[in-house]
Amino acid sequence: MVKTLALTGSEASAEAWRQINPDVAPVYPITPTTEIISKFSQYHADGKVDTEMMLVECEHSAMSAAVGAAASSARTVTATDSQGLAYMWEVIPIASGLRLPIVMQIANRALSSPGNIHCDHGDSMACRDTSWIQIFSETAQEVYEHTLLATKLAEHKDVQLPAMVMQDGFITSGNLEKVKVYNDTDVRQFIGSYNPTYSMLDLQKPHSFGALNLHDSYFESKRQQEEAMRNAKKLYLQIGKDLSKITGNKYDYFEKYRLDDAQYVIICLNATGGTTKEVIDRLRAKKKKVGLLRIKLFRPFPYDEIANALKKARAIAVLDRSESYGAYPPVFGEINNALNLLKKKPKVQSYIFGIGGRYIFEKDIENVYSELMRNKFRKEPQYIGVR
Amino acid sequence: MDFKDYARQPQKLASGQKSCSGCGFPIIIRMAMSAIDRPFVVCQGTGCVSVTTTTWPFTSWKMPTIHSAFPNLASTAAGVETAVRVMKKKGKLKKDIKVVAFGGDGGTYDIGIQALSGAIERRHNILYICYDNQAYMNTGGQRSSATPYGAATATTPHGTLHHGKELFRKDLTYIVAAHDVAYVAQASIFDFADLTRKVKRAMEVDGFAFINILSPCVLFWKIPTSDAYKISELAVKTCFWPLYEVDHGKWILNFKPEHKMQIEAFLKPQGRFKQLLELRNRHIVDGLQQRVDRKWKELLFMCEKTKEKPEKKEVKKVKKKKIVKKPVKKGVKRKPEPKIKTSKTRSKFAKLKDKLKRKRR
Ligand SMILES: Cc1ncc(C[n+]2csc(CCOP(=O)(O)OP(=O)(O)O)c2C)c(N)n1
Ligand code: SF4
Ligand SMILES: [Mg+2]
Repeated sequence: MVKTLALTGSEASAEAWRQINPDVAPVYPITPTTEIISKFSQYHADGKVDTEMMLVECEHSAMSAAVGAAASSARTVTATDSQGLAYMWEVIPIASGLRLPIVMQIANRALSSPGNIHCDHGDSMACRDTSWIQIFSETAQEVYEHTLLATKLAEHKDVQLPAMVMQDGFITSGNLEKVKVYNDTDVRQFIGSYNPTYSMLDLQKPHSFGALNLHDSYFESKRQQEEAMRNAKKLYLQIGKDLSKITGNKYDYFEKYRLDDAQYVIICLNATGGTTKEVIDRLRAKKKKVGLLRIKLFRPFPYDEIANALKKARAIAVLDRSESYGAYPPVFGEINNALNLLKKKPKVQSYIFGIGGRYIFEKDIENVYSELMRNKFRKEPQYIGVR
Repeated sequence: MDFKDYARQPQKLASGQKSCSGCGFPIIIRMAMSAIDRPFVVCQGTGCVSVTTTTWPFTSWKMPTIHSAFPNLASTAAGVETAVRVMKKKGKLKKDIKVVAFGGDGGTYDIGIQALSGAIERRHNILYICYDNQAYMNTGGQRSSATPYGAATATTPHGTLHHGKELFRKDLTYIVAAHDVAYVAQASIFDFADLTRKVKRAMEVDGFAFINILSPCVLFWKIPTSDAYKISELAVKTCFWPLYEVDHGKWILNFKPEHKMQIEAFLKPQGRFKQLLELRNRHIVDGLQQRVDRKWKELLFMCEKTKEKPEKKEVKKVKKKKIVKKPVKKGVKRKPEPKIKTSKTRSKFAKLKDKLKRKRR
């Protein structure tokens, strides 16, 4: 009973939500993530879900209501991006600090100012140190499957952390693709029910959520959070295997595309992986040993596994779709840390591209490979497509 | 239940909680919770309340409670209330659990007003109690929009040029009432019977209920630890903090002092108003008095005005035929009568009110 539908990335998110049938969805519109909310609202209006939708007055309240609901044992989802995510930010670490497995959809969009509605990853990168699990997705299919995986992973009793599932705003969220939607019952069986250890609704065993922990105890609670993140890394693979039984797909920390014998490697996130794969096929036909490593799980970050996958590479280019002003960009920083684990470190070059939705073309990617092959390395990050 | 029964109940907020001795808000919380006789959970805003009641590993709360952040008490409570509803709908929760929120004036009048307004508009079934100590006390007594004209605070200190806050306070109870909220009231620890009755009423209405309660702060109002009650009494008797409620649109005055005291009576015992007693600051006191008088008149007008409404309706009911025909002739649709809770409960209040009036005299 697998259906193949033509869905946008947004619709794929909403489709996952429909199957999950969350208890509470506090939401607030923002382009481009709005599409997820609208589609889900239709499911709600048609009685296809019995989720309680909270149409709140701002994102700060959306995340706050999510915290209240999730602490009260409700399976809770929300969605936002860019300014909305920034507006939520105060409550983002509260959700993870309270260990509430809220799952959030993000169609990445550039942050103001200047105003912009197109894709870059600055919004979710600003949350990378907030103890949220972060999963990046290339296609609508992946968005759909990652949402299922994230829900199960976030709620695991050894994890209990919120998760955000990313897709490129408009590029993935707005484009139609073929998406295989699996059987409702199989998916629901996989997801199971949410029964947290502590709940606001447990009157027999009352708990105080969100206490004041000063210098004598705050550190320990944060250390436990780190432990949960480490557990999440292990459990990601295990839960991925369970999901494979339904979907037949593999859920690795990253996608390896013609990587095993590749000498020249590009590393990127989300939809740019698709463009890169096109280029790789073309260059491979010309006997160029090029490959791709596309990261899916960004938090927790799989350092060892990535180092291991890159040990045979001669030269690496890391393509970041966000900046860390005055420093190397986020993905590059992590890759550099991973490569430090290797005895013989391949050369690595940082590139910044696609800020505010600036297009990246196949020729740009070809150019990156050609620079790697020509051994053209510079200390500073290089900009693709900036005038 | 008489007062002794209230006192005999087990404490719902444990003693040994860390607020300054003589502080108003624990009294408010205890009084309010003593009037609740059904399962409930508590949400707290950031401020003295959360900081003094949940210092890990201790908690003063005997029921589940959550503290999230400063601006989002109402939206956090809305999330909890929604979870209660959905869990009941899905059969995962058997009991009806009420959600009660306690927040300071800073978290309610200022940074949290948007969340509050949104939660009211969405008609969440929450009782929100604002303990109004008229400034940001937890951060050291800075002014809020609840700070009254003339009060010295950490950010509006008394100096050679300026003599305390130079702006009037926001009337949040009115603002909430303007939302057409199910129930809104102003209360004081000075009148225990009135406060507990209001909490009981707020718990039974279907929809959002808001009670604003003046909360003396010994530290920053600069009053003796024994005086929270006395100051509350003066606030009511000077009409600075009138006791009233708006029950489904009907304004009811709960206490009318026989002799309205001058505002100085309220100002004098408080260190935060010390500078106003200087002769050169007389105009500030006059300004405050004028404001209080105007607001009091306004309140009397509101209570008088809506008082007439139900009487009219009763007349309508008796002479049904005549009145129903009129609008039909004009072709105007008659508005449906607002569903105010049964006359039974109302008459019960009226009786209680009479009783209380008698007592006070
Ligand atoms: C977003 C944000 N800004 C500022 C603060 C600092 N802060 C904590 S409590 C508080 C004042 C609380 O005032 P109020 O709500 O009146 O409660 P009170 O302390 O008077 O009981 C402030 C400003 C904060 N916690 N969060
Ligand atoms: S500072 Fe004021 S409000 Fe805070 S605990 Fe002390 S007396 Fe109470
Ligand atoms: Mg205050």
